[in-house]
Amino acid sequence: MTEEANLDYIDNLAGGDASFRQQFIGILKDEFPSEKALYEKSISEESYRMAYETVHKVKHKINVLGMERSHALAVRHEAELREGLCNLSGEFQEVLNYIASYLKTI
Amino acid sequence: MNCIIIDDEAAARAIIAQLCSEVPDLDIIEQFDNAIDGIKFLNQQTIDVIFLDIHMPGFTGIDFVETLKNPPKIVMTTSDTEFAIASYEYEAIVDYLVKPITRERFEKCIQKVQNSLTAQPTQAANGEGGNTVGEDLYINIDRRLIKLKYDEILLIEAKGDYINIKTENQEYLVHTTLKKIHAKLPEELFLQIHRSYIINFSKIIDIEDNSVLIAKNVVPISRSNRPELMRRLNLL
Repeated sequence: MTEEANLDYIDNLAGGDASFRQQFIGILKDEFPSEKALYEKSISEESYRMAYETVHKVKHKINVLGMERSHALAVRHEAELREGLCNLSGEFQEVLNYIASYLKTI
Repeated sequence: MNCIIIDDEAAARAIIAQLCSEVPDLDIIEQFDNAIDGIKFLNQQTIDVIFLDIHMPGFTGIDFVETLKNPPKIVMTTSDTEFAIASYEYEAIVDYLVKPITRERFEKCIQKVQNSLTAQPTQAANGEGGNTVGEDLYINIDRRLIKLKYDEILLIEAKGDYINIKTENQEYLVHTTLKKIHAKLPEELFLQIHRSYIINFSKIIDIEDNSVLIAKNVVPISRSNRPELMRRLNLL
């Protein structure tokens, strides 16, 4: 089961600045769906280099959302994609699906 | 102290911008989502510090650092600790921040930058020609910086708003003027022999009346440029 995301890092960074908090969440909501779509397209086309670049970008967001185990998975997946292997795409897709749902709730 | 932020990820730029906003006397001048726009900016403006993402598609942060002749202070940012060792090989890099960046770590970083600026005056990137490196010239084509060695270049021809750089094996159409590229080329190697042509002096095969042969290219010599060409020839 996918671990839960949290906003601890963002809240700490905002330090009570509600406007920054909202702006940052807006950026995540804006940027994440296109990265997820690009990842899915890259995997379906077996374009592992592009997939690797996208995982690299997404893994920062996973970290920002406090998902440590999922971040570790992203690191492994990125390394494997760099070697042309795609064994973890199913598991990683679940993480992406979860984040997509989570971002709709915040 | 002023800075720019270069990172292809908007969320990462927002985090650094927020942390910068908490530092007194630190102004963010500009933010870029790619290194090439950052280099263009540095050709026109002096800054104290760059927050630079290492891992960007196409042109990486390390490529960026290697491109600058007199870089300002640089703080590398990345999600991968494995790049840390590589980044410390460059004198301009004063610190290395692993994402997601914490406030405590960022404060330490700013202290390092300030110490570094106090210890040694900024050698910020300057204007025209400041970022050509050694024996190379970087040209901007379709948002990629391509490295050309001076001695690969045969000649450069003006083509309206563009110039055509001819090498032994390839031609590059670049959006700039002959005057601008002439300013960046070493004088001892390149000479303008016509209002539309700069040649690599070392590539001349022969000269006949009003033209020069360079590889298979016949290049006209204008009357006004001819005396300078003749002056530089080692005539028997």
